[in-house]
Parts: sequence; structure tokens; C-alpha cells
Amino acid sequence: MAMLEIKDLAVYYGMIQAIKGVSFEVNEGEVIALIGANGAGKTTILHTITGLLAPKRGSVLFEGKDITKIPAHKIVSLGMAHVPEGRRVFAQFTVYQNLKMGAYTRSDKNEIEETMQMVYKRFPRLEERKNQIAGTLSGGEQQMLAMGRALMSHPKIILMDEPSMGLSPILVNEIFDIIRSVNESGTTVLLVEQNAKKALAIADRAYVLETGKIVNSGDADVLMNDDSIKKAYLGE
Amino acid sequence: MSFLSYMINGISLGSVYAIIALGYTMVYGIAKMLNFAHGDVIMVGGYAALMMMMNAGAHPLLAVLVAIVVCTVLGVTIEKIAYRPLRNASSPLAVLITAIGVSYFLQNIVLLIFGSSPKSFQSVVTIPDLKLAGGALMITGETIVTILSCIVIMIALTTFVNKTKAGQAMLAVSEDKGAAQLMGINVNGTIALTFAIGSGLAAIAGVLLCSSYPSLSPYTGSMPGIKAFVAAVFGGIGSIPGAMIGGILLGVIEILGKAYISAQLADAIVFGVLIVVLLVKPTGLLGKQVQEKV
Repeated sequence: MAMLEIKDLAVYYGMIQAIKGVSFEVNEGEVIALIGANGAGKTTILHTITGLLAPKRGSVLFEGKDITKIPAHKIVSLGMAHVPEGRRVFAQFTVYQNLKMGAYTRSDKNEIEETMQMVYKRFPRLEERKNQIAGTLSGGEQQMLAMGRALMSHPKIILMDEPSMGLSPILVNEIFDIIRSVNESGTTVLLVEQNAKKALAIADRAYVLETGKIVNSGDADVLMNDDSIKKAYLGE
Repeated sequence: MSFLSYMINGISLGSVYAIIALGYTMVYGIAKMLNFAHGDVIMVGGYAALMMMMNAGAHPLLAVLVAIVVCTVLGVTIEKIAYRPLRNASSPLAVLITAIGVSYFLQNIVLLIFGSSPKSFQSVVTIPDLKLAGGALMITGETIVTILSCIVIMIALTTFVNKTKAGQAMLAVSEDKGAAQLMGINVNGTIALTFAIGSGLAAIAGVLLCSSYPSLSPYTGSMPGIKAFVAAVFGGIGSIPGAMIGGILLGVIEILGKAYISAQLADAIVFGVLIVVLLVKPTGLLGKQVQEKV
């Protein structure tokens, strides 16, 4: 059984159909990349999975349970965290307060503190800046904070939306290294990226999205050598 | 000595504005809407307390408690029935107009039940007046209770927002509803809680206002409501300390204006000050100016 199963998802914005019957699955322990151009519907799919948007048709199954109708705020405690596009850290909170917010659904203080230390270990820069107001962090630091905040809920699966957006190449490499190491420590990852090259490099499998439909899928290393993918997404 | 007494009266009136302004500013900060029915909730609180004391012969403190409960339930109900269905409406004007509608609805319901003639309100304050400087300066019991209530509410609210999980959730929702939901925060619940707190405070403000100015009619809430809205904008809407400072300053300006310039022009002066402040500092005195690095 797949950990996360998306079945025939259709999502509309008013009269416009953004997602046209998308199905895919994510198995436990995998890194799955969802690649595609701007406007292909990648973010819409993530928002539908975590309940920020309601689909017109189709379903989302998490660990075999239908979560399509579960409201967004109840998703995180099921073990699914979402790092939204554009980081969306709480700009007026300190780094520490942002991380605390990530553990909002958890109540055991000791466990939260333990996770906090783990996050600090993974992102030493966040510990150095724990009392800084999040809005004054650099883009890369905000991305780390958004990821750290998501990890604070101790998720089984983490959904990441364009983690590389607006970052320098060096930072992009750093962020992708962290994603890989998060996955290696046991968290399943569903990664949405425009940077197909980077995404395919760390993914196990990938799905290619074009104007609301999946047009290609398979093992990441196979897709990386696929001529049409190379031409359209890898710039070769 | 008369200046000191005007100041104290101004701070007392300003404390009432501040308590009302807190409701405006919290609701604006979190639900991003102006609840123009907020002033009328004050009036309902006044009637609830009055009925408890006059008809049920209740102890003033019990009457205040009942008024708080009535207004809290009313506020949450208004939010649920009138505002929540419009939260995602395409135009933000929809909910604003609805709020004005709710305001008239409350006024007219009360008008229907209690009639239009003002009722004289029996003060809930039982502590004696304070005479200072050999009787030259008198501070009424109502004034003392009003100012003390305002201080207690301010401290309690600040502590609640900064130190409790529900308070932090409120701040998170006010900043980014979507991100707050992803953290597991129930946005609808948080907004309802905000209305509950704001309306409960409105009840306290209503009772304090009617104790100092003991006349109660279906329109009692509308002018203080508007002025408290001005106070909230004055202090920087969305800011809790801003509402307090704005409220108190407004009260002081109003009373001093009445005393030294013109009783007729006092309200014009109040609104004139608002215009000047907004011209100089459009976000209000403590308005948030978020620095964001991209």
C-alpha cells in the first residue's frame, strides 16, 4: 500500500479547471518529485492534498485513510507537513517562535524540545539566529526556517513546494542536501520543483505535470535521460 | 486642580474607548474585517446588565457577568451566521456592509423590545468617591473602577496573546491564515475566539460606560463604537497596545476639548486629530511596519 495515494484529482478555480484528473502515489521512504513548468498545477496539487483547496472530484488517501474531506488544520497531526511556496514563515515572530508554531499540535514539552534540538542540529544557522525576527532573515534562512518549522511536527511525510525558489545556486545545493538527509533519516518527501535537474537528482521517482495533467512518469534516473524531458525541462 | 480633574475624567472615558477599541482591533487584526456592529454589542451588554439588576434584582457583579456571557454568545453567533459565510467572498465590501446591517438589526431589535425612550442605568459601582486635596479634587468610584478595569484588561490580554498557545495562534492567524492552518491551527475556531473576547470586553465597556453616563437607549453604543474605531485607527489598527493608547488619548482630547475649547466642537476636534495623525503617520501611532527581506 502506498503511503500517499492521489486518485483522479480534479480541481477548479471558479470555472477554470486547474487539475484535470491527476493520479499518483508516494511510497514510504521515497523522494518523489513533481516537476513541471510554472502554472502546470504543482502547487494546486499540494494545496489540495493538505486541504487548503477542495477538489471537485477524486480523492487523497494517506496511509489508506481517505483525507479528502478532512480540514487543513487536522492534516498535520496525521503526520503530514507542508512547506509552502514562498516559505510563508511568520515574519513578525522570532525564529524560535516560528519553530514552536510548527509543533502547535504536539503537547509533550520534552518531546518538542528534543525535536527542536534535532532541528537546530540540522540547521545550525537557525540556532544562531533563534531570537531574530523571521522577516529579517535572508531567503535561504527563511527556507531553512520553513523546513525546520515543518519538521517540528515530526511528520511521516513532508511536502515541499519550490524550496529552491529565489535562492543562489550554492544555497540551492545546500537545501537539496538537507532534503536528502531529511529523507535518509526516515521522512518520506514529496517535492514540487521547477528546477527539474536538481529535483530529479535527489528523487527516486518523478511525475511530469503539464497544464493539469501528468504526461510522463517513472524512475528519476530514467527520466533524466529521456530526450523529451531533457529538451523541455533540463535545457539540454 | 480643574485641569487634573479633566485629565482624570479624560483617562476614564478613554479607558472605555480603549476597551471597545480592543475588540475592533483584534477582530481587524485576525479576521481582516471592520465589525461595525461592535458598538451595538456594547449597548446589548448595557441592557443585559440593566435587566438583571432591575428585573431580577441581581447583584451588580452578577449582572456584569451575565452581560459578559450574553455579549460573548452574541458576538460568536454574529460571526458564525453573518460574517463567516462571507469570509471568502470576492469583495471585502460584502462583509463590511453586512456588519452595518447587523448594527441596524441589533438597534432595531432592542428598539422593538425595550422601546426608544432612554432608560436610566443604575451604576454597578459600589465603592465610594475619592475626595482629594480637601475636596477640591473628586474622583468618582466609577472613574476608579473604569481605569483599574482598563489596566487589568490590558495586562491580561497582553499576557494571553504573548504567553498562551491560543494567543500565539491568534497572532499566527493574523499574519497568514494559510500557513497557520498548515501548523494545525483551527482558523475558524481562532476567529470565533477573537469575537468572543472582543464581545466580552464590549459588555464590560458597556456596563462601565452606562455607570458613568447613566442613560441607556438602543443608540447608546453607536457613537462610542465609532469613536473607539477612531481610537483603534489612531493607535494603529491591528495593534493591541495601539488600541489602548489611541483610546486613552482620544478620551483625554475629547474631555479637554470640551472643557477648554468648545463643548459643541469636541467631537469635531477628536476626528480632526485623527485626520492629522493619519496624514502624518498613515499606519497610526503604533501601526505595524513590517520589514520583510526577500
